[in-house]
Amino acid sequence: MIAILDYGIGNLKSVERALTAVGAEAKVTSSLKEIREADKLVVPGVGAFGACVTGMKRQEFVEPLIEAIEKGKPVLGICVGLQMLFDESEELGPTPGLAILPGRVVRFFPSDAPSETVQGLKVPHIGWNTLEVTRPNKLFKGIPDGARVYFVHSYFAQPSNPSDILANSHYGINFCCAVQHENLFATQFHPEKSGAVGLRILSNFIRLVN
Amino acid sequence: MLARRVIPCLDVKNGRVVKGVNFLNLRDAGDPVELAKQYDLLGADELVFLDITASHEHRDLIYEVAARVADQVFIPFTVGGGIRRTEDFRRILKAGADKVSINTAAVECPELITEAAAEFGSQCVVIAIDPRLVGYYDDGSPRWEVFVHGGRTPTGLDALEWAQRAEALGAGEILLTSMDRDGTQIGYDVALTRAVADRVSIPVIASGGAGCPKDCVEAIIGGQADAVLVASIVHDGNYTITQIKEAMRSAGIPVRMEVGTSAE
Repeated sequence: MIAILDYGIGNLKSVERALTAVGAEAKVTSSLKEIREADKLVVPGVGAFGACVTGMKRQEFVEPLIEAIEKGKPVLGICVGLQMLFDESEELGPTPGLAILPGRVVRFFPSDAPSETVQGLKVPHIGWNTLEVTRPNKLFKGIPDGARVYFVHSYFAQPSNPSDILANSHYGINFCCAVQHENLFATQFHPEKSGAVGLRILSNFIRLVN
Repeated sequence: MLARRVIPCLDVKNGRVVKGVNFLNLRDAGDPVELAKQYDLLGADELVFLDITASHEHRDLIYEVAARVADQVFIPFTVGGGIRRTEDFRRILKAGADKVSINTAAVECPELITEAAAEFGSQCVVIAIDPRLVGYYDDGSPRWEVFVHGGRTPTGLDALEWAQRAEALGAGEILLTSMDRDGTQIGYDVALTRAVADRVSIPVIASGGAGCPKDCVEAIIGGQADAVLVASIVHDGNYTITQIKEAMRSAGIPVRMEVGTSAE
């Protein structure tokens, strides 16, 4: 069973529906027992970074999440579910994250972004953008380079360890849009809204083994 | 780079698609879910469902439609038509829609834009504007007036000012339908689209008048639209979404070319 962590933020139905569509047994849950017993976890997240971190802590999800990662269970973070994994975010902050992966979350556009390339680009970054996979991996198996996926966000992660970066995209600047550390995966984009490409990614995720 | 989007619009009445889609070999051409699945496969980047149900007792059917589409279609979709209150937003979004578009309600109660944006985020608040060219200002610039109630009622509002105000109130996107061009298939109103796109910094979806792929290219290059809404041009089978996107790509516009495949 795949547990989709419900900490009171956002509509989690679309993630559940997409996982079900690719053949998974997935459940939106806030039960610590179900989360501990699940084979895989999905950590969704929408809205403000700080509110998501607070929700995770209030529900006491951080410990079982870290436990699952340490045990090597496949975990997939989505959108703010990716951002929360890092040390801190600039959003209304700095706001501390879960510090599972080293790095920061910054806003479009960072001050070092060349103004001539980002001029006129709208924030939030919403829509279909390209996926440039940095190394072969199981999550993006069968996904052609340059395939487009669906984004809705104003912030993105800058992992301290370049080896954690699984894919980049480009919006005025190159930015990290997927990370991996062992069996912990996370995407800044929404695979559950990315059509056939997104379903293939979710299908790859449900086939991962501990 | 972000792709410019091609968005088929389906009119829904009493839970069924009307102004049917003629070219697809469907068992049930009126089923919103069947059509949504087909357009996903054919390369639609998003979908818009416009509820034109008139009778009160059938109003709730649109929530069922949204839930059924969300169960089977995994691209973003917008539902519009008949949304009056924040509570309606909540119900539509909870059913699984990604965005809600409002038109008459936004004009009658602009605070609804702000309330909905604060509660659900600007990204899901789409303001539909239906302007008609009604004259010219003293400096010779065109005066487009906002019409509501499906284009029947003039409001006295200047479309460019209203678009700008909607953005300031919290709108995340403008769906701009030219009443002068709607249904004509002679091309989008590029001047109107450009004028609105120059006024706001949120995405503008051009709508009304598409007759061929070149019209879509012009709305994006000349009109600076972020997306094009298409209806009869694709519903009648005159052109495919792929043909439209190929024309866009040839003109140097970034598009999402990979076409959907089923989940299996």
